[in-house]
Amino acid sequence: MDKHSLVIIGGGPAGMAAAVEARKNGIDDIVIYERDDRLGGILNQCIHNGFGLHTFKEELTGPEYAGRFIEQTEQLGIHFETGSMVLSVSRDKEITVVSRDKGLKTVKADAVILAMGCRERPHGALNIPGMRPQGIYTAGTAQKMVNCEGWVPGKEVVILGSGDIGLIMARRMTLEGAHVKLVAELMPYSGGLKRNIVQCLDDYGIPLKLSHTVTDIKGKRKLEGVTIAEVDKTGAPIPGTEEYYPCDTLLLSCGLIPENELSLGAGVSINGATNGPIVDDRLETDVDGVFACGNVLHVHDLVDFVSEESGRAGRNAAEYIKNGGKKENAPQKISVSPGDGVRYTVPSTIDTANVSENVHLRFRVRDVYKGCSIVVSSGERELLRKKKKIMVPSEMEDVILKKDILSDAQDITVTITGGGV
Amino acid sequence: MDNRIYDAAVIGGGVIGCAAARELSRYKLDVVVLERESDVCEGTSKANSAIIHAGFDAMPGTLKARFNVEGNKMMDSVSKELDIPFTRNGAMVVCWKESELETLEKLYERGLQNGVEGLRILKGDEARELEPSLSPQVYAALYAPTSGIVCPFEMTIAFAENACANGAQFELMTEVTAIKREDDIFVISTTKGEFRARVVLNCAGVYADAVHNMVETPDFSITARKGEYMLLDKSAGSTVSATIFQVPSEMGKGVLVSPTVHGNLIVGPTAKDIGDKEDISTTRAGLDAVKSVSARSVSGVPYNKVITSFSGLRATGSTGDFIIRDCGCFIDAAGIESPGLSSAPAIAVYLTQLVCERLHPEKKQDFDPIRKGIPKLAQLGYDERERLIKERPDYGQIVCRCEQISEGEILDSIRRPLGATTLDGVKRRVRAGMGRCQAGFCSPRVIELLAQELDIPLWEVKKNG
Amino acid sequence: MKRNMICIGCPMGCELTVEVENGQAVSVSGNNCAVGKRYAETEVSAPTRMVTSTAIAENGVPVPVKTKSPVPKDKIFDVVAAIKAAKVSLPVSIGDVVIENAAETGVSIVATKRVF
Repeated sequence: MDKHSLVIIGGGPAGMAAAVEARKNGIDDIVIYERDDRLGGILNQCIHNGFGLHTFKEELTGPEYAGRFIEQTEQLGIHFETGSMVLSVSRDKEITVVSRDKGLKTVKADAVILAMGCRERPHGALNIPGMRPQGIYTAGTAQKMVNCEGWVPGKEVVILGSGDIGLIMARRMTLEGAHVKLVAELMPYSGGLKRNIVQCLDDYGIPLKLSHTVTDIKGKRKLEGVTIAEVDKTGAPIPGTEEYYPCDTLLLSCGLIPENELSLGAGVSINGATNGPIVDDRLETDVDGVFACGNVLHVHDLVDFVSEESGRAGRNAAEYIKNGGKKENAPQKISVSPGDGVRYTVPSTIDTANVSENVHLRFRVRDVYKGCSIVVSSGERELLRKKKKIMVPSEMEDVILKKDILSDAQDITVTITGGGV
Repeated sequence: MDNRIYDAAVIGGGVIGCAAARELSRYKLDVVVLERESDVCEGTSKANSAIIHAGFDAMPGTLKARFNVEGNKMMDSVSKELDIPFTRNGAMVVCWKESELETLEKLYERGLQNGVEGLRILKGDEARELEPSLSPQVYAALYAPTSGIVCPFEMTIAFAENACANGAQFELMTEVTAIKREDDIFVISTTKGEFRARVVLNCAGVYADAVHNMVETPDFSITARKGEYMLLDKSAGSTVSATIFQVPSEMGKGVLVSPTVHGNLIVGPTAKDIGDKEDISTTRAGLDAVKSVSARSVSGVPYNKVITSFSGLRATGSTGDFIIRDCGCFIDAAGIESPGLSSAPAIAVYLTQLVCERLHPEKKQDFDPIRKGIPKLAQLGYDERERLIKERPDYGQIVCRCEQISEGEILDSIRRPLGATTLDGVKRRVRAGMGRCQAGFCSPRVIELLAQELDIPLWEVKKNG
Repeated sequence: MKRNMICIGCPMGCELTVEVENGQAVSVSGNNCAVGKRYAETEVSAPTRMVTSTAIAENGVPVPVKTKSPVPKDKIFDVVAAIKAAKVSLPVSIGDVVIENAAETGVSIVATKRVF
């Protein structure tokens, strides 16, 4: 069986950033397995701009952002295999991978980084009543058709869900000559970034209907139209508010799900709120030497955050490999828990005896909060307080806990206090 | 116009029509199957519970009882010959009160009379020992070990492929619009011209009454009875191991909870008679009912793991039984509702007998009952897979990541005789797009492969129909 | 006249208030950086946008492209039409100019992905 120091599963932005940092931190024997026929992951189809302001201090398109990392990966001589689908990862870090050229093989790794990304919540999982005709696509699938295959799946479009990909596709379909009739969002707030509402919907006069959903789908073979209705606070449609929209295309942008089937197979525990692995401050899962980063860990809004996080995973994996899996000090794990107003936190634990660098605490709030503060507390002690003008569930929060304040910290809770909803 | 005179024209490419075509192809007969859709298995056969029933439900002496029990017994050899998945996972009919025990005993007695083997009545705790997810409210259960699960797509397609390999002709996109008797010949008008045949088999599902009435005196009708289902992710597939039915009660006929032969979990169906024979929509009320009614028998079905919901139409005949008879070279196979899938192999044999009584054909010496399925790489051991990929490198290129279906399998599904021409056709043959992402990732590539193989532009590739 | 707008300069989405006189911004508030101020000033006088799209290569493959710098907002559809009319010769690298002076905006269209 072939052996490698580090196997990275996924050659998107997370996998490449992890590989680059691991290499820079002294790991020579790295292999990235990528199922697509080129590196870059989902960025290859995200041809719009808005990437890279944090990482490169300039605004890039998705393929350009990916291109920067592909260049680094190649320059550093990091080995990658495309068209290679990992079928399983075991608890003792044996990875089985299949490809056209190399067939089926199993390799053993000292450390593994999970960077498989996420998938879109499909039509079937939404339980929308009605027919199941041709013309219903997740926004990302439509994005791939338009941007990578060069054809537009329809002319009269309704979009359900205001996730960023849905908003981006509203503009993209409009520029390709389609008529986007509206974006309906089940929640009372948008699922995407504010600037995408401005530059993708407002610029083109596309209405956004909050607290609305699709209640019926018409058309046996081909989509003929959808019924949209307003929903009450529980998300149930309000009778009498139904409106019928003839259309040939329904795009769905109703959430992303981290793709953790391989992680589960390796015995990694999953956080019910993120649907991603439970990790410590080093982004190590509860399976020794298996790390996770990027959208497989929790769904990000910004690729810049993915790169930063994945770089840390790469550095920590490098340290793990160099130390033969041993920690410097006896581990002292404290928990990090979401308190009032917080849906989840990443990481879930911190090993205070072995903190390697400042800890990024990332989380999402439960609701819209204006003029509130983020409070990070350890027992009675307040470790950090940060005032925010506005916080929304669709935008990930990021606070940094300095290494030195963590040395004697106890279990940590993150809460939102003050202000109003 | 086709001037040929076929010995037998089968109207309808569902499981009954395809199974009948295969049985007929054992004989020296010119057989044509006329199907209105672009693929076989497009009606009732594609959307049902996928159960091979044991046969205790139907009243003794009925055609349903006879063909169900016979069909069930044939499934071991049929599944082997046709290389299709079939598992005898057993079934339980559960009840909640002592007063309902009587109904279970009645089913038990019926089962014995129908010739069902291995039936037992279990106390609630005994049943829960076998099926820990059964609701604590379950009082007793009738256990039927011979009940099984099957893939209805693969079963129907396999019958069709094997019929095709043995000489039966399939005419797709061919909708029958009228039938005339001219002397000893039937002239069948279709959207693709006229077909002539000595014998006609009416296997037209929910439209069997309309087809019958084209040439015979109307004496029955078919109502479309809609059933809504939910299909759950494979991670929920082991919630139960047997198929769990509910005893009919004042609460209605109940719904079943069952693993599928591919390891998913299926829950449903509802039952509602509808006027529109094309209406396969799901409804909020229907899906809600599936959830709430299933909870009476099985606790903790993880409904957050639903990957799709769908509905199917049962062809419910007005007589209450299957209507299978020879009206003078015009042979009805109508009202084939549940247990139609289970009965299909036996109905096919019987229909063929009826044809033989009319035409007295010779047996074919070279009939080959064996159909080899497309290799299912995800289910093979690593050594076997490696060997196949060496032979065919495209078996190493995974296209559908959720179900781990390779490009090679997808190409096979398109290139075979009666191959797939639509996304749904590929899905029903090799399960690409059947997994948890529901074709989100793989459909652009499958569309490309279909376009390339069929030599059409990408945008002309259809999902269905 | 006061105008409220959301800055699209970065994903923060700052809510800006702009005091406008004669089509020019006289004061901007709510911004957290210079990008916000600049955005508000152009947005009230002569709004511009980056345009991204795909051009078609000789062999029919789509090539992702963008405007090298923002173009006037009312020229977006003209720019897209110019992109659709072009035929890109391969190979192209990131940054290669595909169209010069698209739709008379003075802005060129560049490839954003390596295609060969």
